[in-house]
Amino acid sequence: MIKIVDLHKSFGENHVLNGLNLDVQRGETMVIIGRSGCGKSVLVKHMIGLIRPDQGQIIVDGDEITNHREEELFRLRRKFGMLFQSAALLDSMTVGENVGLGLRYHTSLDKEAIQERVKSKLALVGLSGMECLEPAELSGGMKKRVGLARAIAMDPKYVIYDEPTTGLDPIMADVINELIMRLQRELSITSIVVTHDIASATKIADRISMLHEGKIIFDGTAEDVLRSTNPIVEQFIKGSATGPIKPV
Amino acid sequence: MANLLAFIGRKFISFIEHVGGVFVLLGRVLKSLPWLFGNLGLVVEQMSQMGVNSLPLVLITSIFTGAVSAIQAAYQFQDFVPMRYLGTAVGKAVVIELGPVLTALVVAGRVGASIAAELGTMKVTEQLDALKTLAIDPVPFLVSPRFIAGLAMLPILTIMSDFIAIMGGYTVALLFLDITSNTFLSGLKMFFHFRDVIAGLVKALVFGGIISTIGCYQGFQTKGGAKGVGRSTTKAVVISMVLILIGDYVIASLVF
Ligand SMILES: Nc1ncnc2c1ncn2[C@@H]1O[C@H](COP(=O)(O)OP(=O)(O)OP(=O)(O)O)[C@@H](O)[C@H]1O
Ligand SMILES: [Mg+2]
Repeated sequence: MIKIVDLHKSFGENHVLNGLNLDVQRGETMVIIGRSGCGKSVLVKHMIGLIRPDQGQIIVDGDEITNHREEELFRLRRKFGMLFQSAALLDSMTVGENVGLGLRYHTSLDKEAIQERVKSKLALVGLSGMECLEPAELSGGMKKRVGLARAIAMDPKYVIYDEPTTGLDPIMADVINELIMRLQRELSITSIVVTHDIASATKIADRISMLHEGKIIFDGTAEDVLRSTNPIVEQFIKGSATGPIKPV
Repeated sequence: MANLLAFIGRKFISFIEHVGGVFVLLGRVLKSLPWLFGNLGLVVEQMSQMGVNSLPLVLITSIFTGAVSAIQAAYQFQDFVPMRYLGTAVGKAVVIELGPVLTALVVAGRVGASIAAELGTMKVTEQLDALKTLAIDPVPFLVSPRFIAGLAMLPILTIMSDFIAIMGGYTVALLFLDITSNTFLSGLKMFFHFRDVIAGLVKALVFGGIISTIGCYQGFQTKGGAKGVGRSTTKAVVISMVLILIGDYVIASLVF
């Protein structure tokens, strides 16, 4: 499980996280919602040590990672897969090489076995037979899905999805929702999903947390969220321009 | 006044930080060499890229450098020094100085810039973060192959450059300076010391290390978007060139 205690992070004068607390239980799908720019991506990057906190603790499976040295972080990251918001495919490599990269350097699988694995992961995200394309030849949504295939290629214990359905058509978005749920069910992966997509959130979440002004201001099941009388949550769910959140 | 001092102080501290950063990077490169040994493909790829990227430019530069050094030497020799020393002058200048330094400057502009731009783009588009997330350390994976390729390719390019430059000088001597082939070649051989070649290659080795290390370091330091990439590319080229010239002086004063 992942436990975050009193996390603070600022970029210059921009105080992004302000004493944030969050627990992610083993095997659950935790969805993090919040306005654009509120710090969701920054929060999840803390979990794998890509960003160091100014203050606070991040505990992964009982290990406090805040003061980990770089080598220890690399060991930690083997437990994680992450889909970046921007997909972040390596553009000097083909789709297949991107998906198989972790397998190639961290397992003793031979070429054929890796190709098999890559093929099956690409099939999961609806991109069968696209191994040889270059990232530059893909649409935004296709890149996302390659990034997703790469994130789950090593069958990690935790998968972080940063806006997995943004930029996908509604049908493909639901395919990805189903995939996230299936991975959780079948491989008991713990998922952390960042999203703005309320339909997707309520479908896949065991728990939804809302990030607002540097803190988690709400934490509950999908029903809790939909029934919530917290004006901030209510406004966000309804997608209303009027309310306590000022759309600056 | 106080402001000026503070400004200089800040600049100085950041300079020291960067020097430290470069050495930390070099340390991590050294530590990764055993791993790299099992992944030589990465090095070969970089070597071929560096070679392909720089060869045409190095060859053109070298022909004209050799040619011009023959003309200049002949002009300075007029009436004072016998023309049979022309080959000597051209050979020495090229092997010790012009070959290694000009090759390095050209490669710094070509390869150093492309390394910084490539890694810088990877940094700002989160590709480096993606590598880290896959538990692949960007230093062994990206920096070390470039470092080794730089060490290996610069001496090779320099030898080619030496050869082509001398050919350039030879051609000019034959065609325009009324010097016979024999005169030029015997002059070339006359004071030819193997030590000179070694010194030139040691320079090339050091320059190769400088170019790839600075290129990678600047790439990793990149912040912001396309503008940031442009900035670190320029910095990589300028800093490598300055270091090459300083290094040239230091090595020359140690060897000769
Ligand atoms: N590397 C960085 N340097 C400086 N500021 C940053 C950096 N990364 C993020 N920020 C700032 O932190 C804040 C939160 O950014 P973040 O990317 O986490 O937002 P987000 O919640 O993921 O938004 P979105 O839903 O649009 O992706 C923003 O104000 C952003 O400007
Ligand atoms: Mg984000």
